[in-house]
Amino acid sequence: MTSVFERSPTIRFLERIGRGVARGLEEIGMSAGFLVESLYWLLFGHGQRQPVRPASIFQQMMDVGIRAVPIIGVLAATIGVMLAIQGIYTLRTFGAESRVTIGIALSMTREFAPLITGILVAGRSGSALAARLGTMKINQEIDALRVMGINPVRFLIAPALLGCVVMVPTLTFFSDVVGLWAAGVFVGMDLGMSMVSYAEELGRILTPDDVIHGLGKSAIFGMLIALIGVVNGTLVTGGAEGVGRCTTRAVVQSIAAIVVTDMVFVFVTTR
Amino acid sequence: MTSAASNSNQANIIEIRDLVAHYGSRQVLNSVNLDVREGEIMVIMGGSGSGKSTLLRHVLALEHMTSGTVRVLGVDLGTATTAHLADLRKKIGVAFQGGALFSSINVERNVMLPLYELTDLDPMQMRIMARMKLQVVGLAGFEQLMPSELSGGMIKRAAFARAIAMDPRILFCDEPSAGLDPAVASAIDDLILGLRDAMNMTIVVVTHELDSAFKIADRITVLDQGDVLFSGTPEQLRNHTDERIQNLLNRRPQDDTIDPDDYLRRLTGTGDNPSMVL
Ligand SMILES: Nc1ncnc2c1ncn2[C@@H]1O[C@H](COP(=O)(O)OP(=O)(O)OP(=O)(O)O)[C@@H](O)[C@H]1O
Ligand SMILES: [Mg+2]
Repeated sequence: MTSVFERSPTIRFLERIGRGVARGLEEIGMSAGFLVESLYWLLFGHGQRQPVRPASIFQQMMDVGIRAVPIIGVLAATIGVMLAIQGIYTLRTFGAESRVTIGIALSMTREFAPLITGILVAGRSGSALAARLGTMKINQEIDALRVMGINPVRFLIAPALLGCVVMVPTLTFFSDVVGLWAAGVFVGMDLGMSMVSYAEELGRILTPDDVIHGLGKSAIFGMLIALIGVVNGTLVTGGAEGVGRCTTRAVVQSIAAIVVTDMVFVFVTTR
Repeated sequence: MTSAASNSNQANIIEIRDLVAHYGSRQVLNSVNLDVREGEIMVIMGGSGSGKSTLLRHVLALEHMTSGTVRVLGVDLGTATTAHLADLRKKIGVAFQGGALFSSINVERNVMLPLYELTDLDPMQMRIMARMKLQVVGLAGFEQLMPSELSGGMIKRAAFARAIAMDPRILFCDEPSAGLDPAVASAIDDLILGLRDAMNMTIVVVTHELDSAFKIADRITVLDQGDVLFSGTPEQLRNHTDERIQNLLNRRPQDDTIDPDDYLRRLTGTGDNPSMVL
């Protein structure tokens, strides 16, 4: 009896992969669904007398954005200084350390600010979003919303999505400013370059394109963080332990998605 | 076809026909048939796990049924559009078994939320309405507490207040008085009777409490492992001869006398090795 259903390890392995892929595709499908539905409510909610409330969008922006400012500031400054140190060290081998600004400016705006901001928001807000939705699901709060005739996507997901898509680029811009400033301070101390000439050089080097490249990426990061948090939150089953699992999963997936998207983005736009 | 066709004062406000429901591969409801008439209090009874909450979830269109039809206020839940459902849901109120209060907002805001989202009342009116409902369930003075600061019984009462916030046409309560002290439980019973009499509200109550069931019910439905064992008036239920029903009626948890030996045996006598629990 059992031998009929006994499968070889290879088959089992392939099965596992298949199930994983199917689940992944399903989750991508869910994300797309949430994205479209959120856009629908943001655009047409008013006509349906189910508006996405500015107050809840504002609340999300506070949570995702304003409360992250101190830690993002610290991280950006640290990275700016680190870039300056590494840049000067590398260029000194050619005696070209006075050209360090170009490296700092481009790496910070195009790569480090969006990446570090995305990863931080994924850890702070993506996980919080997954945990909040997951807890609401197991407490039947989502059911309660539904039976009241309040659409959970409009009420919970659209504000979070908009909050992330707006605030991650905003925070990225803030990291740009802080990171470049901190790097400038270090360059000034190390090479004796004045802050004014550093700023002038930044102005010569940086094009709007560089900044927009970074901000555009981070808007996508924001969207990914929100959608991954939402999908994991709504997939929670089985109590507090399930919430913990999905929260972890949300963070891991968002960071992976951010890094991969970054790579693709760079590959497509920067050659 | 619609409920207008049979519009007597005893019109069925909820019609369940051959409802079959599964969780995964396990069948939880086996071809359930049930009618609830306008303005009556229908009490659903049955042992734990018999499918009462599941039945409620299907009537609320929170689950997809395997087969059968459910009509609520003339709307066929199987084919209703989102807009129809949204419209229907404004006319029903639900107090969930676990309360399902929104944990991030205080009690008053919980009760105000449906008003805020679904009506055009101004904030002061909403607050007054919310406070009236809280007063009715005996929670006046607790408006500013967060759900995490409430006792189990207070959560039930706050959920009840939220369920009636919109003065629904149909009210569903999943064990509204379980775990409440007798005085409050009886106050909830009176409240349910009052809502029916004053507002002609149709009320579906799931309960384990026999006394409460007989006090409030116009009709009682007994579920047992996914089957409707009985449906009829409390009088018919009392006089029913089916053994399972008599068991249910006589198994009053409050009157259970515990035999110490049997109790000890139950505590120690399971198959698993107790040292392996964790
Ligand atoms: N989310 C779920 N997933 C899987 N099975 C479930 C789920 N919810 C309920 N069940 C199962 O369905 C059956 C009926 O459950 P239900 O919650 O309807 O019982 P109930 O009559 O409300 O019991 P109680 O009086 O304890 O509330 C039970 O066997 C339960 O194990
Ligand atoms: Mg139940």
